[in-house]
Amino acid sequence: MSAPSPLPAAPPRPPAAPPRPYAFPRFERRTLANGLTLVVAPVRKLPVVSVLAVVEAGADTDPAGKEGLAQLTARALVEGTADLDGAALTDRLERLGTALDASADWDAAVARMTVLTERLGEALALMGRVLTAPAFPEREVERLKAERLADLLQLRTEPRGLADEMFDRFVYAPEARYARPDGGSEASVRAVTRDDVARFYAARYRAGATTLVVAGDVSADDAERLVADSLGAWGGARPEPAPGADRPAPGGRRVHVVAKEDAPQSELRVGHVGLPRTHPDFFAVSVMNSLLGGLFSSRINLNLREAHAYTYGAHSGFDWRRGAGPFAVSTAVASDVTAPALRETLLEIDRMRAEPVSEAELSLATSYLDGVFPIRYETTAAIAAALANLHIYGLGADYFDRYRERVRAVTAADVHRAAREHLHPERLQVVVVGDPAAVRAPLEALGVGPVSVYDAEGAPLA
Amino acid sequence: MRIPVDTFRLANGLFVTLSEDHTAPIVAVNLWYHVGSANERAGRTGFAHLFEHMLFQGSENVGANEHFELVQRAGGTLNGSTWLERTNYFETVPSNQLALALWLEADRMGRLLPAMTQQKLDTQRDVVKNERRWSVDNQPYGTWWERLPALAFPPEHPFHHSLIGSMEDLSAASLDDVATFFATYYTPDNAVLTVAGDFDPAEARRLVEQMFGSIPRGDGSRPPLPPMDVPPTFGRPLRAVVPDDVMLPRLFLAARAPVFGSDAYYPASVCGAILGMRKGSRLHRSLVRERQVANEVTAFTFDLAKGSDLLVVDVTARPGVSAETLEREVARELDQLHRGGVAEDEVRRATALIATDLVASMQSASERADQLSKFATYFGDPSLINEQAARYAAVTAEQVSAFARERLGPENRASLLYVPKDAEDGTRDADAASDASDPQREAATAAATGVVA
Repeated sequence: MSAPSPLPAAPPRPPAAPPRPYAFPRFERRTLANGLTLVVAPVRKLPVVSVLAVVEAGADTDPAGKEGLAQLTARALVEGTADLDGAALTDRLERLGTALDASADWDAAVARMTVLTERLGEALALMGRVLTAPAFPEREVERLKAERLADLLQLRTEPRGLADEMFDRFVYAPEARYARPDGGSEASVRAVTRDDVARFYAARYRAGATTLVVAGDVSADDAERLVADSLGAWGGARPEPAPGADRPAPGGRRVHVVAKEDAPQSELRVGHVGLPRTHPDFFAVSVMNSLLGGLFSSRINLNLREAHAYTYGAHSGFDWRRGAGPFAVSTAVASDVTAPALRETLLEIDRMRAEPVSEAELSLATSYLDGVFPIRYETTAAIAAALANLHIYGLGADYFDRYRERVRAVTAADVHRAAREHLHPERLQVVVVGDPAAVRAPLEALGVGPVSVYDAEGAPLA
Repeated sequence: MRIPVDTFRLANGLFVTLSEDHTAPIVAVNLWYHVGSANERAGRTGFAHLFEHMLFQGSENVGANEHFELVQRAGGTLNGSTWLERTNYFETVPSNQLALALWLEADRMGRLLPAMTQQKLDTQRDVVKNERRWSVDNQPYGTWWERLPALAFPPEHPFHHSLIGSMEDLSAASLDDVATFFATYYTPDNAVLTVAGDFDPAEARRLVEQMFGSIPRGDGSRPPLPPMDVPPTFGRPLRAVVPDDVMLPRLFLAARAPVFGSDAYYPASVCGAILGMRKGSRLHRSLVRERQVANEVTAFTFDLAKGSDLLVVDVTARPGVSAETLEREVARELDQLHRGGVAEDEVRRATALIATDLVASMQSASERADQLSKFATYFGDPSLINEQAARYAAVTAEQVSAFARERLGPENRASLLYVPKDAEDGTRDADAASDASDPQREAATAAATGVVA
């Protein structure tokens, strides 16, 4: 198959033309008289607007024993208001061509919608009622609980989600909020009542703890007028921030096998507690992770997929949260190569710490992160989400204007230091959702740490 | 909203669409080859997709894995995907890197084979087998994607067989297959190229001609697809029950529907939205909110442009609800729609949601380019992108009701029902008082895996 192609010589590989300038959309931040923060980015490309209501009521504010309350409260917001039941509210929004999706992640509760410009006023009026006068009908709260319990049940035979959940459980200390699912466990969800939801709402959903982000085909003045109409009468000061949620599990490196008999593949997670979003090494760590396992052409993916064909894909990532979210390598490998795939993963983590990357390799990550920046913010929804993060993590008004220069400023020495300081081979927790008969003995022979076997609910097996 | 569309065709048959948008220094390059799993020969299921993987393994002037690296170094995103009727390849790059993206696509369209080796094929074969394990074999309900078309299309039909392919057929694929498939299908006259975003039209045209102009058209050996036409309905209920390693019963129910883009397609698409798009849809309102027998529902069309489309309803049971109850509840909703039709306000809810999605999706250069390529590939006319909003807005309740009357009766339903392997837990209602199920009949259906009338 090495016959020369019959075509004329190919044109030479073309160089890049001079780059055209790009600026992240301009935005304005205003504070309403009731303490509500408004952020508006006018983007006039198409007649569409995205709105995000960000409330300081994320899963990290769940009371102990009632984990999942923040998520249930956010989801129950859109299940009825004082004057519209859940079905009628849904119908009103959808006739406007939009849907109000509300959920809570670790750091905030977020209600989001994208709507055509001509219907923005009506949609914002409904959003205002949802935020200020939710009814939390008992029947709907109980239904949402039942749906969460069904999701948890499904997880027992869903290896990807199960691996993620078990990984959190083994990486964090048992009492840490991050050790448990953001949506709550079976016991904690069952313990939540409709009154808990109403109390949580009263304590956390307040104008002073809420930021409205509006991005799209609207001026700052028009947005302010519409938001003031729908939310201006809302009150409430900002409550206390959430306590820390990120205490790591004690002890050293361990291997946790979660049994899925006869599984043709092992879902593999390897990692430890990472860093909070506001850590000063954010840029160096982001570049380092891109090279380790963040990019297709990263070391771990090229090794596990292209050199060894163990997997369809392998990836590493730091989950950036207000507290220290997890760092994890994630992949699914054929059962019979589980131990070799783990060995190669550990070797790549060691290699990243052992010596600085070359300038050529460094530039793969820095030029990617620099160049891809405008592509990330093509849509009003993406721009609004970025501005929400700016607010949640207090990143500074010039953050997006300086992002690209800060990426370009990362050096090979910075990457090496980031790897040495923030990758911890001795603390790695390994989770394998797979067939114990196929993987246990090879994993023990690899000698990376004690191997334990659990069932799909995390109970130890002999 | 009007997407600008400018087209031309090179002498070698390559159809090119240019669509300018200078709001950001970004450009999307998107190539559709009019070949998919439907074109595979017997014994080579999965080959179109395996071949897609090989297109990222380099070409005469591009090293193994260099395609990904060059695009990512340029600050771009990229991927490819394989579907029943087509395979697409796409990258979005900073606009000053347009020439590189075009050069990479042209090199693999014109000069792929010199870079192909047995080792690369063996590696990608194993990668794809792992993709199969990951997305199909080791995923709850993961086989639905190959079982439902197998149930809904007759055995000889090009849409019947598995897109990801069987392990056996993947093992059998050879370098000769790669060479033949490439020569047959990866020719400029069987492809459309779209460039969308920030570029100078004269410069873009010059680059396209320079990069792609010397690639020869196909030699005419491309075999036509076998006849794809099927009757408008199955003619009888089709049903398969699959015991699987799952916790909850889940029903995939397919109806034959008018092909994508035809006049009759739009009422069918709106009917799907009325049934299962978002929480205000009929199935969500009835089965999830009111009767609480389902945990999740959705409905969608495959958007197949040849032979027959499929409208699919996908419903997962609540814990404690039997497979039989789930099936009966879905049938009740479909019967009601089939007999009673829809109201005008249901149509307006659906078309309002679709209208917003159409505008919002056009914000992304990649999505714009992909849609332009789609209309160019299937209908030779990318400007159809600008007619979609009006086509949906014109749909009436009468048209949707007629579709439901003609196509949603019991004789046009193919049911693929997943039940927990451990039938004791999953097929029987926990709350027997609320549902008079017949345990004997349930035991019989849970044991059967074939198609039964």
